[in-house]
Amino acid sequence: MIIDDYEPLKGRMFQVLDRDGKLVLDDPGLDAELLKDMYWWMLYARMADEKALKLQRQGRMGTYAPSRGQEAAQVGSALAMRKDDWAFPAFRELGMYLLRGVTLEHNLLYFMGDARGNLVPEGVHNLPIYVPVGTQIPQAVGTAHAMRLGRKDTVVVTYFGDGATSTGDFHEGLNLAGVLRAPVVFVCQNNQWAISVPRARQTASMTIAQKAVAYGFPGVQVDGNDVLAMYLATREAVERARSGGGPTLIEAYTYRMSMHTTADDPKRYRTETELQEWEARDPLRRFRAHLERRGIWTEEWQRELEARATAMVNEAIARAEAVAPQSPEDLFSHMYAEMPDELREQLGELKRALDEREVEDDAEQIQGGFP
Amino acid sequence: MVEALNSALHEEMGRDATVVVLGEDVGVDGGVFRVTDGLLDKFGPDRVLDTPLSESGFVGLAAGMALYGMRPVVELQFDGFVPPAFDQVFSHISRMRNRSQGRYGMPVVIRFPYGGGVRALEHHAESIETLFVHTPGLKVVVPSTPRDAKGLLSSAIRDPDPVIFTEPKRLYRAAREEVPDGPHTEPIGKARVVRQGDDLTLIGWGAMVPRMLRAAELVEGKGTSAEVIDLRTLKPYDEPTVRSSVERTGRAVVVQEAPRTLGFASEVSARISERLMASLEAPVVRLTGFDVPFPYYKMEAWAMPDVDRIIKAMRTVLTW
Repeated sequence: MIIDDYEPLKGRMFQVLDRDGKLVLDDPGLDAELLKDMYWWMLYARMADEKALKLQRQGRMGTYAPSRGQEAAQVGSALAMRKDDWAFPAFRELGMYLLRGVTLEHNLLYFMGDARGNLVPEGVHNLPIYVPVGTQIPQAVGTAHAMRLGRKDTVVVTYFGDGATSTGDFHEGLNLAGVLRAPVVFVCQNNQWAISVPRARQTASMTIAQKAVAYGFPGVQVDGNDVLAMYLATREAVERARSGGGPTLIEAYTYRMSMHTTADDPKRYRTETELQEWEARDPLRRFRAHLERRGIWTEEWQRELEARATAMVNEAIARAEAVAPQSPEDLFSHMYAEMPDELREQLGELKRALDEREVEDDAEQIQGGFP
Repeated sequence: MVEALNSALHEEMGRDATVVVLGEDVGVDGGVFRVTDGLLDKFGPDRVLDTPLSESGFVGLAAGMALYGMRPVVELQFDGFVPPAFDQVFSHISRMRNRSQGRYGMPVVIRFPYGGGVRALEHHAESIETLFVHTPGLKVVVPSTPRDAKGLLSSAIRDPDPVIFTEPKRLYRAAREEVPDGPHTEPIGKARVVRQGDDLTLIGWGAMVPRMLRAAELVEGKGTSAEVIDLRTLKPYDEPTVRSSVERTGRAVVVQEAPRTLGFASEVSARISERLMASLEAPVVRLTGFDVPFPYYKMEAWAMPDVDRIIKAMRTVLTW
């Protein structure tokens, strides 16, 4: 058992592949189709992420939080979930989102400042992005607890970063999960940086995984750039939760290869050498080497996947950019199950103001007399 | 009032199996004010959950349970312990329906005792309703009678949206009246004219209502007829009830226990001034607590509007 064998206070990280994609453990014997899926979702997430960054740079999208470098942590963990399990994200989980059925179009719309990007498609059990750091954690525990009360065999997986482990909600959430034995898996994407603050300034603990020990449940540090390790560890944690064994904390040891958001300049706080060091551990390159070794990866297959991803990305952009404009009603919709008079009145005020608009710019002159 | 609230919880938990109660000491102890007394015995530990001392954690927990279709009723033990949970309320519970484009509602009730006048320890006597009224997406309810406490809490539990239910702890034991047995609801968003009068309108909520009534009785003997409105719900605000009263009386005093600046009394005053200017015979007067932390109990009487100050405020609008 991975979770028992990699007790976090011993300081061992669970890894299946080395940096060159060679197995360091016995072959876990995963189905070739699953391996292909892993590679596809990582590649699609990488290409979508690259394109999203370009859109932002071209002024076609607002501030964006890139996922580059964290594809294995996201895809490996999400593939270990069932469709009827629930996922609570933070805001840097593109790979998990795409795989679970929150489309790229939704992601783009969200970062284009369009609230409709948060409308999770029917049948997809994901929550919208959580921006205030760590706040999704107690809620994930609540949903997991409700599942247990309802005698369901579903589980919750929640994602957050190393920075979130310093928030009160992380500690309160994990404490509650331990007390309630809630069927929840905590996936901390330790990408080493919370904007400019390094992991060592978030906590004096040797690992993040070991924090689980204090809450009375297991934690395991996993090589987050090793998709097989992430898949196997999460699968075990999910099955443990499903069978009543309670929560697990998985620390995905990874790296944010890009900026915090497009408004951030990492050159101010980290070195090029560090980045190069992590480039060498790129999760995609590493898994590709592994698949090549297995005879699954070929140049031709790569071209095929790239063509498919490019087409899907372009379609998603086209749809996101062609979405109908929102109306003043959309500003007030979904505030309550029924709109109160108060808001109806405010909506009327906005509509009148838009209809009777006189001054488009502060510098313009008022037409006619005043008042 | 405590028995009335307890009765609402018994009724609603019996009626709807998705209703759960959680908070600190709500189980075995029945809540520090005994509002949840007997629930654990009747409904068991799956539905009555004693939580760790973790306000943000268990309010977030309730949010997550609501996402999965349950109707959690959270007890926060005292007004002064609400702030740690505010992030969950402000950032998520209040806006999840909106930001999920209607996919996820948040039928959560958050109850807590508020206000002073019971010789409590510090951090146990705050009036913080304004923080929630100011937060888009919430409903804010403040009962002042046992009957309303039962009816409004039942309605809050049945409401599809999040309701902040603040209970005037000064009236927990002081307010006594017969309350209907069995299910009883009162509409959220409707104020109640608790005393009719012609010369001026007193508007308030919660623990200020009995004081306004007492003041109105005292001036009645001096030939002044005061109307008293118990708002009962601060959000959504019942504008029509206030409007029809003030249009008739032309004078209004808004009484609030909370500190003055940007309190809900300011909002009521602004709305009357904006909309009913032509009916007003005098500026609207706000009679409020002061912009200081609620004091230790030796000075608490000074910090709360009392009958004497209410009468003086009435005189101000009558003689303007």
